[in-house]
Amino acid sequence: MKVSMDWLNEYLTLDVDPQTLGEKIERTAVEVDQVYKMSDGMSKLVVGETLSVEPHPDSDHLHICQVDVGEDEPLQIVCGAPNVATGQKVIVALPGAWIAGHHKIKKSKMRGVASNGMLCALQEIGFDEKIAPKAYDEGIYILPADSENGSSVFPILGMDDDIVETDLTPNRGDMNSMNGTAWEVGAIYGKTPKMPTFSLNEDGSRKVSDLLQFSVDAALAPTYKMRVVSGVTIQDSPLWLQKRLWEAGMRPINNIVDVTNYIMLTYGQPLHAFDYDKLSSHHIHVRLADAGEHLTTLDGENRTLRDSDMVIADDKHAIAIAGTMGGLDTEIDDNTTTIAIESAIFDPIKIRKTARFFNLHSEASMRFERGVNKDDNQNALDHAAALMAELGLGQTEQGTGVGSDTPVEPAKVSVTLTRINHVLGTQLTVDQVQNIFDHLNFPTDNDGETFNVTVPARRWDIHIEADLFEEVARLYGYDNIPSTLPYGTMTPGALTFKQRIIRDSRRLLEGAGLNQAISYALTTTAKAEQFMMRDSEPTELAFPMSTDHTTARMNLISGLLDDIAYNVARKQKNVALYEQGRVFYRDGDAIRPLEVEHIAGAVTGALTKKTWHAEADTVDFYGIKGIVDLFLHDMGLSKPVHYEATQAHAQMHPGRTADIYVGDQAVGFVGQVHPEIASDYKIPDTYVFELNLQALIDAPHDQQQYEPISKFPDVTRDIAILVDQSVTNADVVALINKRGGAHLADVQLFDVYEGVHLPTGKKSLAYTLTYRDRQATLVEADVTKAFDKVTAALEKEFDAEIR
Amino acid sequence: MALRERLQELHDRGLADIKKGDSLDRINEIRVQLLGKKGPITQALRGLRDVSAEERPKIGSFANQIRDELTAAIEERNQELKKAAINAKLASETLDVTLPGTPVAQGQPHVIQRIIDQLEDMFLGMGYQVVDGPEVEDDHHNFEMMNLPKDHPARDMQDTFYITPEILMRTHTSPNQARAMEAHDFSKGPLKMISPGRVYRRDTDDATHSHQFHQVEGLVIDKHVTMADLKGTLEMVAANLFGDEFDVRLRPSYFPFTEPSVEADITCFNCMGKGCAVCKNTGWIEVLGAGMVHPNVLKMAGVDSSVYGGFAFGLGPDRFAMLKYGVDDIRNFYLNDTRFLTQFYKRG
Ligand SMILES: [Zn+2]
Repeated sequence: MKVSMDWLNEYLTLDVDPQTLGEKIERTAVEVDQVYKMSDGMSKLVVGETLSVEPHPDSDHLHICQVDVGEDEPLQIVCGAPNVATGQKVIVALPGAWIAGHHKIKKSKMRGVASNGMLCALQEIGFDEKIAPKAYDEGIYILPADSENGSSVFPILGMDDDIVETDLTPNRGDMNSMNGTAWEVGAIYGKTPKMPTFSLNEDGSRKVSDLLQFSVDAALAPTYKMRVVSGVTIQDSPLWLQKRLWEAGMRPINNIVDVTNYIMLTYGQPLHAFDYDKLSSHHIHVRLADAGEHLTTLDGENRTLRDSDMVIADDKHAIAIAGTMGGLDTEIDDNTTTIAIESAIFDPIKIRKTARFFNLHSEASMRFERGVNKDDNQNALDHAAALMAELGLGQTEQGTGVGSDTPVEPAKVSVTLTRINHVLGTQLTVDQVQNIFDHLNFPTDNDGETFNVTVPARRWDIHIEADLFEEVARLYGYDNIPSTLPYGTMTPGALTFKQRIIRDSRRLLEGAGLNQAISYALTTTAKAEQFMMRDSEPTELAFPMSTDHTTARMNLISGLLDDIAYNVARKQKNVALYEQGRVFYRDGDAIRPLEVEHIAGAVTGALTKKTWHAEADTVDFYGIKGIVDLFLHDMGLSKPVHYEATQAHAQMHPGRTADIYVGDQAVGFVGQVHPEIASDYKIPDTYVFELNLQALIDAPHDQQQYEPISKFPDVTRDIAILVDQSVTNADVVALINKRGGAHLADVQLFDVYEGVHLPTGKKSLAYTLTYRDRQATLVEADVTKAFDKVTAALEKEFDAEIR
Repeated sequence: MALRERLQELHDRGLADIKKGDSLDRINEIRVQLLGKKGPITQALRGLRDVSAEERPKIGSFANQIRDELTAAIEERNQELKKAAINAKLASETLDVTLPGTPVAQGQPHVIQRIIDQLEDMFLGMGYQVVDGPEVEDDHHNFEMMNLPKDHPARDMQDTFYITPEILMRTHTSPNQARAMEAHDFSKGPLKMISPGRVYRRDTDDATHSHQFHQVEGLVIDKHVTMADLKGTLEMVAANLFGDEFDVRLRPSYFPFTEPSVEADITCFNCMGKGCAVCKNTGWIEVLGAGMVHPNVLKMAGVDSSVYGGFAFGLGPDRFAMLKYGVDDIRNFYLNDTRFLTQFYKRG
């Protein structure tokens, strides 16, 4: 709320500068967006009087004005406003003046005629289109006739007033009014605010009870009251009232509508004024709309209502959307003479839903949503009637028409000094706490330990002990609360096994040269369904914000490919990324997906660039597989890892992809992205892997144990064999291990050769076999015997030619 | 010539030759020539037969002395020549040490991960556990158990991606408070936990908004946990992440799941509190929300709020990273430009 300091000073005598007050409010109550004057950034704007207005000889719309600005000589100013006329008091921007938008006024010539300044419209001195009075929409603003020539216009227009703009949290709806703000500022400074007074004179001849009948659903409107003011003349409000409104960011309309808004700003109670004579019956209903019922609202929109929207209606049809916007048919116009003023409290939830549905967030609906002070409901109505009668030269009819009036009991909350200090960690005394409640004007008694607090209706946010802790804490001051750390029973702080593995995984892949990526977990359904490791239904958002993010991912690779595409589009040729995160699998009938931790990597180009000294470390299938090998080795799994060629992944290269197994459990895959998919992503050849990290965490892990280093030397034998292309390395190693004998400790492939020097369809593989005996020195003859068995087996099983 | 004189001459000439010798081969040649069995010294000593018995031991001793001296000289010259040869070889091997080294591939953790890890490490050191929870949550845990019943106006503060009317992408990590309290056995001591993770809001991505970001939730529940403890803990967080020179201040705020609720500001990085555009001239930057756990939240999680209580806080690593490193566009965190990712390796 934009709080005028001038207005606030009517409640409280505060000897404090606005910045300090803003800071204090921010530290004690609610955020303060800014402290400012409407005149900020502007200067040299004075009252001028148009002595003469002549048409410009070379223009059909410009006027040459002689303007008295309180100096010896009048200023000649050329002005294009259609409403400029002789004898007006106008806003003059003198030469050198700053007006809105950092615009400086200079002496100039307009079509050959000297112009020494500018006559200003309100918009030109910073008034928002939405708050400048409609009457001056198309021209310059005319100041009151008694304005002194040459004096600053700022005080006349309230532009020199300091405004403290508060940003209210949802619980502090009470501060959506000057009264509530004054109570709060009073509590902060230990002063009691003086609430507004008025004198209501029920000088009408009729009784409201004869003028209006009611059928109000008290569940929709717990309070619904009306007064009637008759014989009014519709005219502009006095300037003091207009200033109050535009300083608060509201637009002056006419004396009646302005009073409803002024009272709303004062009490936080939104009011609505109906033209009594336009009602088709004088029976007022508060009810839910019929589905499909129509109402044309003040903004001219014909709205189709739902059966959850509350309306005010006469016998025939709806005349207003309750608390949100009035109807056009019963609008106050220049001919209105009799006003029915509504002061009501509506169901905040219904108001909120209606305002949201129609996107009609008004000052009124916002206040109904956040709460209204029941204690001020009648005051607001009475004050409004008094002011309308005064400003409209009318009479207030007798009494209040009451459609509903559900009493609100003040909350009584007890709290002990011990609890307060226990929760806040303070050592407050009885007097300190009592003082705070006194400053809040919460009637409170205490017996030296227990405080019995009666919370006035204006603070409907307070119901329980904890609410009072907050009142005490903030008014005592958060700066005054000590800083300590929790004590008590010691607890161990350690990562779980799973968390440690996840952390280690990240380090490992970073060590292997991959950068950690964090991609969007919401992607398109098409991408979510790529690279999947099991069947799953997609988990899709009901109302996505963008077509790029509609579905929870079921793989990590697609996100990494998006990242690579982003890099490639920016001329980054070498990209090595990994991501650790969750995928979301959903089985057909389940509503919630299963969240499974995965880890994936994607590399395009080289891990390290070519240098003067070394070739580029360009990643191919074996490069990415090496990273997976390292990763799985470091997992320390009990069961052996093996790879099997697969064509099961539609998005992967059918000849360059392997499924990864731990024991007989599939845990992921590694390989080259299918070139067509790569082309869809607009990326070059890319190698990827994705692992079910949760499966690796859950798999049995070896216990670390020391293995003594053999005292006896190893013996090695090399063997090169020529076999069919179809024989795999895994087949050969498996056979060697099977036939290798008790002392075979290791088999290493050290060469693969396929090419012109070999018969077609053949390849050469070369291995080093390492023999080891921990008990004794190996005898040459024994090794030879074991080695010969391997050789024979290879010849037999694979028709291998030993080379 | 007398024998002694001959020996003397052999000695002098020998030394001169050794000195002149410029290769190991030449020195070896001199050694064989001078000191070999057929060499002049051995020859000369044969002439001892002709020397008087009285002179014989003296000359013999002199001859031995000369042989020793020559042997030592040869050895010394050998060492000199070897050293020179090594030096010459090393000189020929000289490199341009300013040429760049061979690069080693090394990846970096994501900057948000760095912040999360740093926070985890600090809280682990203070006896907190790290817990996680589902990213696809139910309305019950995400909102209702956080004291945000259906139709609560504060739900508007968190625009939500719903999957079904009851299932949603979690909007905050706070539901992990409820989950941790439900699971905790308070007879075994206090509950102290943090919970980092991804959260989702129905926002349009721009420089300051992201439909995906991160939060770290913190919660301590025990028989005597105070607002002062919260303040002290938040000061630790600020000091740990940003350094000791930053002050923390608390301001009243509102969250449905805490009462009292506060927002914590820290001294503006940019101006160190003097006031600048970054902090809108306040000298402070808002970094997190916190408060004392609302009794309704405790009750709904089955915790007796008359015995137990505590504090909770929620902070945003994305925002911290933006503030700490001056990152001006939150989308940088999720687009994974390698030129962005590889920047964050420094210690401070
Ligand atoms: Zn600053």
